[in-house]
Amino acid sequence: MTPDFSAAALVPLLPEMLLGVGAMTLLILGAYRTEEAGRLIDAASVVLLVIAGLIVLVLPEGRLVAFNGSFVVDDFARFLKILAMFGSAAAIVMSLDYARREHEERFEYSVLILLSTLGMLMLISAADLIALYLGLELMSLPLYVVAASHRSSLRSSEAGLKYFVLGALSSGMLLYGASLVYGFTGTVTFAGIAHSAAEGGAGLIFGLVFLFAGFCFKVSAVPFHMWTPDVYEGAPTPVTAFFAAAPKVAGIAMFVRAAVVAFPGIAGQWQEIVVFVSIASMLLGAFAAIGQRNFKRLMAYSSIGHMGYALIGLAAGTAEGVQGVLVYMAIYVTMTLGVFAVILSMRRKGGMVESIDQLAGLARTHPAMAFFLAMLLFSMAGIPPLAGFFAKFYVFLAAIKAGFYILAVIGVLASVVGAYYYLTIVKIMYFDEPAEGFVGMPYELKVVLAVCGLFNILFFLYPAPLVGVASAAARSLF
Amino acid sequence: MASWPILSVVTFLPLAGALFIPMLREDEAGARNARWVALWTTLITFAISLILVWRFDPASADFQFVERRPWLAGTINYAMGVDGISLPFVILTTALMPISILASWQAIQRRVREYMIAFLVLETLMVGTFCALDLVLFYLFFEGGLIPMFLIIGVWGGPRRVYASFKFFLYTLLGSVLMLLAIMAVYWDAGTTDIPTLLHHAFPRSLQMWAWFAFLASFAVKLPMWPVHTWLPDAHVEAPTAGSVILAAILLKMGGYGFLRFSLPMFPQASVELAPLVYALSVVAIIYTSLVALVQEDVKKLIAYSSVAHMGFVTMGLFAMTVQGVAGGIFQMISHGIVSAALFLCVGVIYDRMHTREIAAYGGLVNRMPIYAVVFMVFSLANVGLPGTSGFVGEFLALIGTFRVNNWVATLATIGTILSAAYMLWLYRKVIFGKLEKPGLAAITDVGWREIIVLAPLVILTIVLGIYPRPVLDVSAVSVTQLIDNFNHAVGSIHSAALAR
Repeated sequence: MTPDFSAAALVPLLPEMLLGVGAMTLLILGAYRTEEAGRLIDAASVVLLVIAGLIVLVLPEGRLVAFNGSFVVDDFARFLKILAMFGSAAAIVMSLDYARREHEERFEYSVLILLSTLGMLMLISAADLIALYLGLELMSLPLYVVAASHRSSLRSSEAGLKYFVLGALSSGMLLYGASLVYGFTGTVTFAGIAHSAAEGGAGLIFGLVFLFAGFCFKVSAVPFHMWTPDVYEGAPTPVTAFFAAAPKVAGIAMFVRAAVVAFPGIAGQWQEIVVFVSIASMLLGAFAAIGQRNFKRLMAYSSIGHMGYALIGLAAGTAEGVQGVLVYMAIYVTMTLGVFAVILSMRRKGGMVESIDQLAGLARTHPAMAFFLAMLLFSMAGIPPLAGFFAKFYVFLAAIKAGFYILAVIGVLASVVGAYYYLTIVKIMYFDEPAEGFVGMPYELKVVLAVCGLFNILFFLYPAPLVGVASAAARSLF
Repeated sequence: MASWPILSVVTFLPLAGALFIPMLREDEAGARNARWVALWTTLITFAISLILVWRFDPASADFQFVERRPWLAGTINYAMGVDGISLPFVILTTALMPISILASWQAIQRRVREYMIAFLVLETLMVGTFCALDLVLFYLFFEGGLIPMFLIIGVWGGPRRVYASFKFFLYTLLGSVLMLLAIMAVYWDAGTTDIPTLLHHAFPRSLQMWAWFAFLASFAVKLPMWPVHTWLPDAHVEAPTAGSVILAAILLKMGGYGFLRFSLPMFPQASVELAPLVYALSVVAIIYTSLVALVQEDVKKLIAYSSVAHMGFVTMGLFAMTVQGVAGGIFQMISHGIVSAALFLCVGVIYDRMHTREIAAYGGLVNRMPIYAVVFMVFSLANVGLPGTSGFVGEFLALIGTFRVNNWVATLATIGTILSAAYMLWLYRKVIFGKLEKPGLAAITDVGWREIIVLAPLVILTIVLGIYPRPVLDVSAVSVTQLIDNFNHAVGSIHSAALAR
């Protein structure tokens, strides 16, 4: 195949190019900044993300390919790219008030998030192992930096360092796995691997396991979850909000695409791994969160559990399953962002508080905030008619169809255990005597909370669009 | 056919009322307005639901007032409709809601707006449960009811409300999630979750068996059946009066309704094979929980245990799979809905005055509260199943229906009626008769006009349905007959297929 050097060949990369060029421009702008530049850069970053999202929507229909097939834009990629950019944009918006109050206004923050998002887009579209690795590293390096962005805080530095060391280790494992897969198949493209890996073999499985270990680390699935609670707790809260949403979307995207597209021939083998990872994540997420009092740490375990549920869809290995994963991730992002909007508002005169006990009597002091948080928590627990129920519904539906009954039963039982700690927070807000109220919730957090809350409450009225788009996106992989 | 979506209106009107309440102010006037909004909303809903009765054709076994709209992608639709089995439950729900709102008029002084919102949302979910003609939609309503009830018990409940609300929520959720998986399996086997279609779909035996158990897990907890009934006494004791009323009168019936709507017609073979299990659990429930009720010291707990025993009659009658048994089960549920609601309201009357539910704290109330003594007697005797009250009809039908199939079970169950007489009369004697010598009781006042308004319709219904039960039986008769016919046909075809092999 002769390489295509025409400008038209770069059309599929328009959003990525926009983000890349934009991020570097803002970086230069920031370097010569005046006092007001910080806010301008934040606003410009959000605008860039929105424009990039719109470009994704107006790209030509169908499956677009660039770079000799290592970069693919299909409906799957479109869905997840928009979701990831939504998560990133929301994270920037949610950080504004925090940065102002904590005197941590650094223009680099938005630029780093832009660069990380660029990595995510790359990762979501990656259709060979090298593109995948490039995207992964571009996504991760800015994450390490923003995790440690509170230079004066010991916890933040610890979180950044821990994340970096473990992240590097997992990247190494992933790379090792990729090299093994390359060694046993002679190619790095997913299609090529699928072609020559049809019959499997011990060496290939070996490589696959290392690859999956790397994936699991990025989506914080058990047994590669250990970094999550510490990083969630230690990182500045807006950074945690960012970690919990967009990078998870990209991680799941790479996991699903690699598993489904590159290794369909040995699906039986990797399904076993995913089933184990999924069960372990759900159980650990459910049980370990029970004892947590720190809201951010609790959310870390909650996200581990949620990744377990999302992976049920992948374990099914069918188009329905992938559809379930996509619906799950979309709803997960809204739930998580909404909850973090509340965590970011837990501020008294003396500064931020993070313990869930500080929410005591929130229903009396801030009724609207308590109501939306309660609905989001019930949604996370998977109680109908909230959106979280539909998220779980679709992954379990796929698991039942594929015959994974044990997985499904363990999954729903874990969801009951998980419901306990969500209920505990509702109990603290509604049943306990009120504590001192928080300082007023900033305007932009109100918007995020209301949008996410209403989405979760009203989703049941008209679920067909999201489900339909997810279904089309899932079919584009098969 | 209805030209306007009457079922959707009945279902979602309370929700509209609930959306209106947050606009009210947060002061005393707002609380008063919230009460009136809730009362009028429930009354209008009740009035509209009476149109259902008026336009309902009792000669048809089909679903009526059917509405269908595309909802989830694929074959899962928004489908509503009622037949002779579900209509009585819809009416029971809409009729009891205004009564519950009135019963909370003064008992609830704290966070009134939120309370009324929770009740109205709960009404929407309960009516929806009985009207849903799609399994997923049914599950949505069935399960969604947990959230408002959790808050009602937890926010406005007694001292151990946190424990009770968690237990209620997690127990029920645990049962329901297993049913959810069975719903999915049903969906993949039949290709739809449309209930009228599923009722005529023949499921393979293995699927029937484990789906039956999964549905049992949910409905047995909800009903509740022994041995998964332990959440009920806790929830009843801690819930505010109106919460107990709704819990006993309607939420428990969802379990029985579920058996009737899903387990029996969809999994006939499993129901036949596993009926002995249900009989055993029912008999244990009737005898064991009646004995437990005998030793209770808390009025509400005693009534809660008696509810479990009465629900034992329901499951026994339903799984007898005779016309009398099923009709008796339905009637018993309606009757218990009225009687247990009334008993909890009666407890609420004295609790509002004395703030204790200890049986030992009362005695000799007849001296100060003659009207109350009469009312309480009517409901106590109805709970015992005295002929002439609605309690008798249901128990009697369920017993003869069962006797035709299994006389041992029916015989053992009659012991339960004797025990129920024992604990109810004992309760009545302790609370009402004797000398009025307990401190604090000397100044107790008889029921007020608001309490009379609340209790009078229930007294009338109890006696009227006891003497003339046809209104309920006639509405459901055709649907029940068809249910039994289909059931026997399904079981018969399996038998003949087995013989042919």
